[in-house]
Amino acid sequence: MVASRAVGSLSRFTRSRMLRCPGYICRNFTKSSALLTRTHINYGVKGDVAVIRINSPNSKVNTLGQELHSEFIEVMNEVWSSNQIRSAVLISSKPGCFIAGADLNMLTACTTPQEVTQISQEAQKMFEKVEKSTKPIVAAINGSCLGGGLELAISCQYRIATKDKKTVLGSPEVLLGILPGAGGTQRLPKMVGVPAAFDMMLTGRGIRADRAKKMGLVDQLVEPLGPGIKPPEERTIEYLEEVAITFAKGLADKKISPKRDKGLVEKLTSYAMSIPFVRQQIYKKVEEKVRKQTKGLYPAPLKIIDVVKTGIEQGSDAGYLSESQKFGELAMTKESKALMGLYRGQTLCKKNKFGAPQKEVKQLAILGAGLMGAGIAQVSVDKGLQTVLKDATLAALGRGQQQVFKGLNDKVKKKALTSFERDAFFSNLTGQLDYQGFEKADMVIEAVFEDLSLKHKVLKEVEAVIPDHCVFASNTSALPINEIAAISKRPEKVIGMHYFSPVDKMQLLEIITTPKTSKDTTASAVEVGLKQGKVIIVVKDGPGFYTTRCLAPMMSEVIRILQEGVGPKKLDSLTTSFGFPVGAATLVDEVGVDVANHVAENLGKAFGERFAGGSLEVLKQMISKGFLGRKSGKGFYIYQEGVKNKNLNSDIHSILAGLKMPSQPDVSSDEDIQYRLVTRFVNEAVLCLQEGVLATPTEGDIGAVFGLGFPPCLGGPFRFVDLYGAQKTVDRLRKYEAAYGRQFTPCQLLMDHASSPNKKFYQ
Amino acid sequence: MTSLLTYTFKNLPSTSQWALRFSMRPLSCSSQLRVAAAVQTKSKQTLAKPNIRNIVVVDGVRTPFLLSGTSYKDLMPHDLARAALSGLLHRTSVPKDVVDYIILGTVIQEVKTSNVAREAALGAGFSDKTPAHTVTMACISSNQAMTTAVSLIASGQCDVVVAGGVELMSDVPIRHSRKMRKMMLDLSKAKTLGQRLSLISKFRLNFLSPELPAVAEFSTNETMGHSADRLAAAFAISRLEQDEYALRSHSLARKAQDEGLLSDVVPFKVPGKDTVTQDNGIRPSSLEQMAKLKPAFIKPYGTVTAANSSFLTDGASAVLILAEEKALAMGYKPKAYLRDFMYVSQDPKDQLLLGPTYATPKVLEKAGLTMNDIDAFEFHEAFSGQILANLKAMDSDWFAQNYMGRKAKVGSPPLEKFNIWGGSLSLGHPFGATGCRLVMAAANRLQKEGGQYGLVAACAAGGQGHAMIVEAYPK
Repeated sequence: MVASRAVGSLSRFTRSRMLRCPGYICRNFTKSSALLTRTHINYGVKGDVAVIRINSPNSKVNTLGQELHSEFIEVMNEVWSSNQIRSAVLISSKPGCFIAGADLNMLTACTTPQEVTQISQEAQKMFEKVEKSTKPIVAAINGSCLGGGLELAISCQYRIATKDKKTVLGSPEVLLGILPGAGGTQRLPKMVGVPAAFDMMLTGRGIRADRAKKMGLVDQLVEPLGPGIKPPEERTIEYLEEVAITFAKGLADKKISPKRDKGLVEKLTSYAMSIPFVRQQIYKKVEEKVRKQTKGLYPAPLKIIDVVKTGIEQGSDAGYLSESQKFGELAMTKESKALMGLYRGQTLCKKNKFGAPQKEVKQLAILGAGLMGAGIAQVSVDKGLQTVLKDATLAALGRGQQQVFKGLNDKVKKKALTSFERDAFFSNLTGQLDYQGFEKADMVIEAVFEDLSLKHKVLKEVEAVIPDHCVFASNTSALPINEIAAISKRPEKVIGMHYFSPVDKMQLLEIITTPKTSKDTTASAVEVGLKQGKVIIVVKDGPGFYTTRCLAPMMSEVIRILQEGVGPKKLDSLTTSFGFPVGAATLVDEVGVDVANHVAENLGKAFGERFAGGSLEVLKQMISKGFLGRKSGKGFYIYQEGVKNKNLNSDIHSILAGLKMPSQPDVSSDEDIQYRLVTRFVNEAVLCLQEGVLATPTEGDIGAVFGLGFPPCLGGPFRFVDLYGAQKTVDRLRKYEAAYGRQFTPCQLLMDHASSPNKKFYQ
Repeated sequence: MTSLLTYTFKNLPSTSQWALRFSMRPLSCSSQLRVAAAVQTKSKQTLAKPNIRNIVVVDGVRTPFLLSGTSYKDLMPHDLARAALSGLLHRTSVPKDVVDYIILGTVIQEVKTSNVAREAALGAGFSDKTPAHTVTMACISSNQAMTTAVSLIASGQCDVVVAGGVELMSDVPIRHSRKMRKMMLDLSKAKTLGQRLSLISKFRLNFLSPELPAVAEFSTNETMGHSADRLAAAFAISRLEQDEYALRSHSLARKAQDEGLLSDVVPFKVPGKDTVTQDNGIRPSSLEQMAKLKPAFIKPYGTVTAANSSFLTDGASAVLILAEEKALAMGYKPKAYLRDFMYVSQDPKDQLLLGPTYATPKVLEKAGLTMNDIDAFEFHEAFSGQILANLKAMDSDWFAQNYMGRKAKVGSPPLEKFNIWGGSLSLGHPFGATGCRLVMAAANRLQKEGGQYGLVAACAAGGQGHAMIVEAYPK
């Protein structure tokens, strides 16, 4: 529960910056054609229009790599030199993907900035030729058009996109710690205006087709088709191609102008941008905002601003040069390695490595309509799962149902759903007070209060009514699953599913297996989680599992630091400036002081001295005064409805003063305080891997970043050790061990890594 | 205030465009037959079933179908419906007190006459002891009226039922916005001046923006024309094919009108205006003229235009349906039997207008017939693209297997038996009244040309569809 509550607050901050690379999910759809002579790109000529089709072999997505690049040059040269061809259409044969971006492996294989700059310059050169093509080229976009894909599309003379949910245009490079390196920083501002371009490149957000049309990013929309003479996806691509061909012809015949009529607002904006003073103000403002949000921890956004500025103020030659150089520099930074690692990890954690379950889960039942239960219901009903939400009282149930409705309705307000879809999804939810219909349930997830005897009670009740194949999942953040399963008649069907609050915002799901949990049960749980849109780590059972267990020693250190006289505000700023999305003291408030205390006691019993540090008495005194954190209005801070700037709770001073510990000056510098927190976290994480709680470092990193708000720029605890250095980490721990004892003793696996410098968690 | 209102109305879409969007809603169909077809010897017996009453259509009439905004524009829907009912009384001379029940279909309801069947029947001189109700099922509303009548008779509840339908698109209920309505309702409940003033102070200019009747599918928010354009694209139907089909419909309708085949039309003396004697939407044009029109829905490259869509129409229809023995006892010579019928529904987004494709094989199977047994096809033409898509879908094994769960295609109706007296594209399509026109066209064609079976089919908003077998009454 600690972790889950913690994350509530984290999410607010992390969401915008976290990796949410959209659109990489494509159907696998490869067509073999006898006509294929190249592997990635082919073209045919229809009348006087060349139709260039991109279809990378053995992949669900097209990525811009070396091979595709050179084939593209070949094809374009043929198109340009042919007298028969007057225009061209560029289209992907893969449904759901135009080009998903550059090939990351190509970038990570480079060892010097010069190599990366070279790649960027080659792409720039090619795209410039496309831009200057006298034969109009129409980009026909169906599915994800991201990164390099978007840069290619905006080099073309015209863009037509399908108005499909899968069609997303964006520049997510910033999320990988790099920048659009193939002319994007120069072309995008010209195409959509400087403010919109900054927004796209600095947030990395994906833009849906209809909005792209309004922004001027695409020129025409094509509606996706239903079934007709062919399956819908196939026919839609064909139709897109047909429409694109007519526009290509129109452009070649000069019947259609590639120039777009700009609206009044757009004209005014572009006029304003022509005034140097206004431009300077905009740069300044954007830069300030970025500095404030990134705390200087992420170099990419600032470089993006810089490159755009160079292009506008000093001309495009300087802009392109700056773009390629900064691209090279960024690709070599630790931050980009960390972020790319997270991206890869996220992709891995979106797969079900346990295979397909024997029986698909269609009927889900959730016990407890509290914040968690209703949250789980919300992410289930909108994926088409028939969901029963059960609680003991009508009032509690009603509150939960309202939460689900509100969650869906908020999406309607944001136009992500229609009101009709909302109603249809909401109909998937059945609220009830009894166990009616549980005999049809394929999975039951309990989200009742964290109390072992209560969990035992519902487990018994549920097992009396559910069918044999039904999985029983417990949503708990700290109670060991084997203890819950101890009274089960069928322990192989019992598993832990640890969601993070708020469930609809937090991407992580921690699945906990006991030695008795069957593989099929795990496969079912992972499949349900994936359906719910979660990033999933699967860990072994144990006190605190993985996430809560890593957080607990850090929290213990937080208390000690406070007792040593560092104020909550100072501590918050130290942690956020290290990259945590939420300050450490605020985190305790968000988690709930009582919950933190409960977990600390439990885990303290299980792990003993290693989890010691601050005195639990601090929390106990806070609880006795009713300072439970945000939920009670007071914790370390005072929370009031509608008041944005929170003030310190002055009563805390007396509590902390009464429990003051002497601070040790040689380990109490600002930097030391930061590292005391992080190294305890990291050490515990590595110990989890050593003990086999974690199966892979990747899952450890994903869990820490997506569940606990570990600084994304560090890439997670394991990436941190790799990039910061195992030896340096151990040195830090030893230093603190000297001051505080065994809580900081580095674990064996960490020492192994320190003693052999070639050993890395990520090879 | 006045200027405000004018401003709002200026912002309404231009009439023609608006009208066109409306025209997307229903669809129906009718049948045809040829002398050659009738000569074939029928292996099939009559579709009479043991222990089920035979149900017959004695006759049916309709007002001339007019482009909305023309001669009927000052009428109310019940006026039109009354004209059809009076016409039926006159044509059949049915004694008023024999009629057990009256059912009319309508789509856009006039709020003052929400049970338009009752208001029209009272005015038409039917007995005030004859109950009447109104049904709505988008473009197959009058089909629903007729099949409801069939069920009432088959179950022995009634012997004589009048079914029909009406639509008056010249006037539609345009409402105040919800906010304005709420304020007005609250005002009427306010007791003190203070309460009233405080309510009025909440008034905002945007309260005055009116609410038009939905032109889009409620579930998908897509207009029917838009869906038709996508459907045509999904079935790879070109603009030219669509224009050609529309031209065919208009040419055949003109021919039928000139030859006096549209005998179900009864003249209507419109109060204050001349007597209307014939449909006014039949306008055979040329492919060149039609090619000049811009796409109406998917711009700028779509294929559905004003010329290849059905237009907004005013009109009403009515048929007299009886149990066979009752009809014979009353001395009638019925025109046709109403046999098996079928309602279907499917995805309202991507298959909105494919109702006939789904309904046709089912109703044929139910009746034990094949496509070859049908002499007169009468399909509702909502859009050229929609008709052609349905024809292609019915002729596709792939579609039948993957979307309809059938082993094989049902086959496409031969065009020489298909809507040969024109269709909704040319005759017009008053949503609530088209179904009866289709049935009477099928019955009259069978009578005229000597075939045995007619097949009526239609699509409707909401992704629904209908088909019915009409069997000629032996001479």
